[in-house]
This record gives sequence, C-alpha cells and structure tokens, in this order.
Amino acid sequence: MAEPARVALFVTCLVDLFRPTVGFAAVELLQRAGCAVEVPRAQTCCGQPAYNSGDRADAKVIARQVIEAFAEFDYVVAPSGSCAGMIKVHYPELFADEPEMLAQVEDLSARTHELISFLVDVRGMAAVSANFEHSVTYHDSCSSLRELGVREQPRQLLQSVTGLALRELPRAEVCCGFGGTFCVKYPEISDKMVGDKAAEIAATGADAILAGDMGCLLNIAGKLSRIGARTEARHVAEVLAGMASDVPAIGKARV
Amino acid sequence: MQPTSHNFPENARGGLADPVLQTALGMARTGFPYRRQQAVARLPEFEALRDQAKDIKNHTLAHLDYYLELYERNVIAAGGQVHWAQTAEDARRAILNICRSVGAKVVTKGKSMVAEEIALNDYLENNGITPVETDLGEYIIQLRHEPPSHIIAPAIHLMKEQVAETFRGAHGHLDPARPLDEAQALCEEARTILRPHFLAADVGITGGNFLVAETGSSIIVTNEGNGDLTQTLPRVHIVISSIEKVVPTLEDTATLLRLLARSATGQEFSSYTTISTGPRRPGDHDGPEQYHVVLLDNGRSELLGGEFQDMLRCLRCSACLNHCPVYAAVGGHAYGWVYPGPMGAVLTPALVGLHEAGHLPNASTFCGRCESVCPVKIPLPKMMRHWREREFASKLSPKTYRSGLGAWAWVAARPGLYHTLAEIGGRMLGWAGKSRGRFRSLPLAAGWTGVRDMPAPQGRSFHSLWAEQQKRRGAA
Repeated sequence: MAEPARVALFVTCLVDLFRPTVGFAAVELLQRAGCAVEVPRAQTCCGQPAYNSGDRADAKVIARQVIEAFAEFDYVVAPSGSCAGMIKVHYPELFADEPEMLAQVEDLSARTHELISFLVDVRGMAAVSANFEHSVTYHDSCSSLRELGVREQPRQLLQSVTGLALRELPRAEVCCGFGGTFCVKYPEISDKMVGDKAAEIAATGADAILAGDMGCLLNIAGKLSRIGARTEARHVAEVLAGMASDVPAIGKARV
Repeated sequence: MQPTSHNFPENARGGLADPVLQTALGMARTGFPYRRQQAVARLPEFEALRDQAKDIKNHTLAHLDYYLELYERNVIAAGGQVHWAQTAEDARRAILNICRSVGAKVVTKGKSMVAEEIALNDYLENNGITPVETDLGEYIIQLRHEPPSHIIAPAIHLMKEQVAETFRGAHGHLDPARPLDEAQALCEEARTILRPHFLAADVGITGGNFLVAETGSSIIVTNEGNGDLTQTLPRVHIVISSIEKVVPTLEDTATLLRLLARSATGQEFSSYTTISTGPRRPGDHDGPEQYHVVLLDNGRSELLGGEFQDMLRCLRCSACLNHCPVYAAVGGHAYGWVYPGPMGAVLTPALVGLHEAGHLPNASTFCGRCESVCPVKIPLPKMMRHWREREFASKLSPKTYRSGLGAWAWVAARPGLYHTLAEIGGRMLGWAGKSRGRFRSLPLAAGWTGVRDMPAPQGRSFHSLWAEQQKRRGAA
C-alpha cells in the first residue's frame, strides 16, 4: 500500500481559541480519508486580519511563518474557507512584488485546501458514517463559495449522514455580516445583515444551522442566541465526524 | 454636491432607521439579483462574454489616448464638437458656454451620473438656466432636492406613496381628489408635466454609456424614451460623458451591450438603445442643429497605469450595488456622494480623496458578491483593500485600531507566546462563560456584544489539547 498522504492541519485561530472540537473533527475526517495528520506547532493565524486592514508588512511576517511551517507536507488543510482562501488565493497576491518568494508561495497555494472540498475533491470521499437525527440548514461562507468554489461538497457529505434532513436556506449565498473586523467597526450594519440572516435561518424551522467557517458561526450563533431563536449552530465538520453529541452547540452551555 | 462620505457611519445609522428606505431596499435586494440570474441563465455564453468585455475595456484603456483622439476626429468629421474637460469646473463651464451661446433658458436632461458628479443642475440654476430632469426617477429626486441613491434607479429609496406626496407638493394644479396611488397614475402625471418641457427646451443634455471611436457616435441606453426626446427635439444636444467610456468599434459596443442590461435590470436589452452621430444632416427629418460632447477626466487619467486602473472598465450597470449586502442594508445616500455601493467605494476615494471617503472601502465584508457579478470582472474587493493599504500607510486609520492590530500581529508572529496566551484566554473565557455558554456583554467587545451574544470558548485551546494527546500517545 502506498504511503498515506501527509496532511498538515491549519487549525485556524478561531478553532484554536473557541472550538477545539472542530480541530479534532477535522483530524478524524482526514484520518478516515486515509491521511496521516500532523499539526505544526509554529502556526498561529493566517494573517488575514492584517492583510484586510491594509497592513501588508505584518501580513507578510505572519504569512512567511505559515509558508515555512507548512513547507514539507503533501497538503495543507484548514477547516475554514476564509483561512484556506487567504493562503490559496491571497498569499500569491501578497507576495506578487517578491518574485523570489513566488515559487514557494504558489507551491503552498497549490497544496492548500478547505477541509470539506479536500475530502470530496482530492480524497474522493463520497459519504461519511455519522448519525445526526435533526433537520439542518447550511450557510455558505463567502470565501468558500466565491473564492474556492465550495458549494456541493458539504451538501453531498451531509446527505450521507443518517437521520439528517437538509433544508436549503434562502439567500444562502448572501454574507452573514461577519467580515472579520468589519463586524466591530460597523456594528449596526453587521447587525442588520446578521439579523436578517438569523431570521431567515429561524424561518426554515431547521434544528441546526451548519457552516464551514467559525467566523460566520460565531456571528450567526451569537445573533440567534440574542434573538432567542432555538436553532443550534455547529461547524459542519463536527456533524460529519459524528462528534456533535460530544459537545453542546456553539454558544450553548453544557447541560 | 458636497460629499458627506466622512460621515458614513452616521449616514448609515440614518438609513438603517428609515422604515421607507428599508422597505424599498428589501424589495430591491431580491428583485434585482433574481432578474439578473434569470437573464444570465438564458444566455449560455454569458461568462465568455464577460471575459471578452474585460478584454475590450483593457485593450481600450491600454490605448486610451489613441482611441480618444480617433473618437474626437470622427465626432468632428460627423459635424460635432468635442470639449475636453480636465476638471468638473471645466466641464460645467463648457456646458454653460454652449447654453449661453444659444441663449438657452431651459434645458432638458436625460439621466447622467457624470452630470451628478459635476453637480451640473445647481451650477446651471445659479447661472439662470433651468434644468429639467426627464428621467422619471431623476425628476422625482430633483423635485425633492435629493441626490440619487442608486446609479440606474436614482429614486429607489422611495416608495410610490412618497412620490405621490412629492407630486402633490410640486404640481400646483393637481386636484386633491385625483388618485395617485398607482404607479401608472404617477407616470401619467410626470408625462403630462414633462411633455411641454421637451418641446420648449433650447438645449438637451444626455449622458453617454458608450462613445464609439470608429464612428464618433455616442450611445445612450434607457427605458423611458425620455433620452431620445431630450436629444432630438432641442436645437442643441450636449453629451456629457467621461474619457473611459470610449470603445473602439460598434462591434465591441454590441458585446458590451449584451452584458449591460442583463447585469443591470435583467433585461436582454433596454427598451431604447440610441446611437447619435453628429447633428442633423441635410435631408434628416429631425435631430439637433448642434452636437457637442463634453469629455470629462476629473481624476480618471490619474488611475491609468496604477492599481486602480481596472476600475475604469466600469460600465455603470449597478450589478455590484444590487448584490451588495452593505448597500442593501444602508442604501445609497449613506455613501455620501454620487457613486454608492462597491463601485462607489472604489471610485469615490479616487475622485474626492481618501481623507473624505476612507470609510467606504472599509465598510465591506469582502464577501466578493460584487466581483462575482461584475460584467467586466473588476476586482472590487481587491481594490478596496488597496485603499485600506494606502490608508494604513498614511496613518489615516484610527490610532487605537492600528496599535491594537500591531500588538496582535506582534504576538501572532511568536507562536510560543501566542499558544500560551490562547490557552490562558480560552481557559478564562471558557470558565467565565461556562454556565450560560455565551456572554451578553464583554469588556472591550461592545462592538460585538452590543448587537449579538459572544459564544463562550470551550475552555482549552486546540493546540494545548493536541500537545497533551500527542504526549499521551508517545508515552503509551
């Protein structure tokens, strides 16, 4: 048998700090897909907050750290379209003015994937063995959908979860209003966006809203909780890895 | 108009609190995208056309001097005149001089964003000339002394009740008993008022969606037919347009036209696409005696060759506004000048200065929906990021924000320290939020918790849990 693919998990700062379960779910799914998973210790963040704030210098410092830490793996996988998109799409733009870096950056870009699309498109995963006896709806994160073209992959795997019923969310392609620092720089606008999103999610009547990015999920879960909606929010990887019953939903207390 | 873009957050709060605006925007945010999507679905080559259109505009911009001179030669050959205007003031003066040369008292106007950009109406009025807007939306906002809130639907911030109110206020002859609650009745009322103006006007001013270099023609794209009456009935037709609207050939223009209406309103073609080449020729049944083109630069040539050049591809279709969740939340007036939404967030800082308009490229989640529907594939989020870079480099962004970002970046560049702090922070917040699973308020996080709860962390960082797990595995 061939050597298993060596996959480095890019944990993402929000998973690291807020929801380690998503990291373990990613490891579990990757291992089921026949990968040998490692977690380089020299990672923190992808640098996107600096990059999107116009601070290219700091973004580069952090990006160089990522480029170095993830140099020797077959693949780099992140349970986030936003962070994967930063590495895959924006690092080449960030280093466009440094030709001597470009080969390295483009090599990393080619090896980097968002978790669910990696499982389906690269590893050929067609189904998972997991159980989730709930109706769910799905929110496409902007970066997954428009930067990385991830749309069908999570739906395909969710269809294979025993007991799960997927209800499509109207306007699922519209931003939830997180936008990194946007949500605290322009809180009233963000509130309008996430307020509309939360109302549309609640109106589906689904038990849970799933998404592939912790930024959107913290925003959406926080708004659902503020308006008193009963809909739970979870990262899609938790459900696919069968770990949803291990932990309360995002923003919920352990009972 | 005096920009109020620096006041964007306050303007936005006003928009969010305006129930009429919110109702109007609620309809637009589903209607426009739905109709565009239907139109795109009926045209299999739509995506290929976007690439062609981008290439046409890129080619033209790379040879802009050549095509502008060719255009001017052909306008002159057709009997027209071209007036080059480097600044808004130059353009206003050129138009006023033409109006004065024919003793104009009343001018009719077709819809033109460039005319808004140079604040033409106020200028003409201050110089004793009465401008009459003939596009229905523009007419309504002219009566209300408001700027447009959308580049193709200038009165989109209003519902028909406000329009009826406006007409009753402005049209003294209106019988109070006459019902004005249907859109049809409002159209008829506007038509009744505007018809005599078309006939009485000395000069008609229109914009120009495209300027065709090979023929010296200007093209307007409208749905109401008002543009045609504006430009064919008076003795003088003035086209006010800007330098990046030039297109090499009619064939190229046809490609762009196939994208324009589909992207804008979801129509395959607008009701009227009117090509004007010079004044009336001997034997023509109608048309103006004089044909003038005022070509505005107003800072556009500064964008050539730089990181904002792609913005000059813009066709002003409004697809980016129509798909922007920020525009849909706050409306066009919040942007504080002529061009709202994503295209405005890129263009406004270039035309009125980053100091005035710095908020606009910041007020975006970079959701990318604008770029995904742009018929000429302008990388709008990327260019908004370029403005943020300039703002950061010139230290225009708030000091607290920059120092907070700097501190975070310093820690993020030190993984050991970062992991320690993440573990401590995760444990503290996890412990504090354990009983409820969320925070209703948090110190230093009012921007977040003012409008939504903050979910509590699970309590341990992934990296520390992973390290422990690896250690156990190693020991076992």
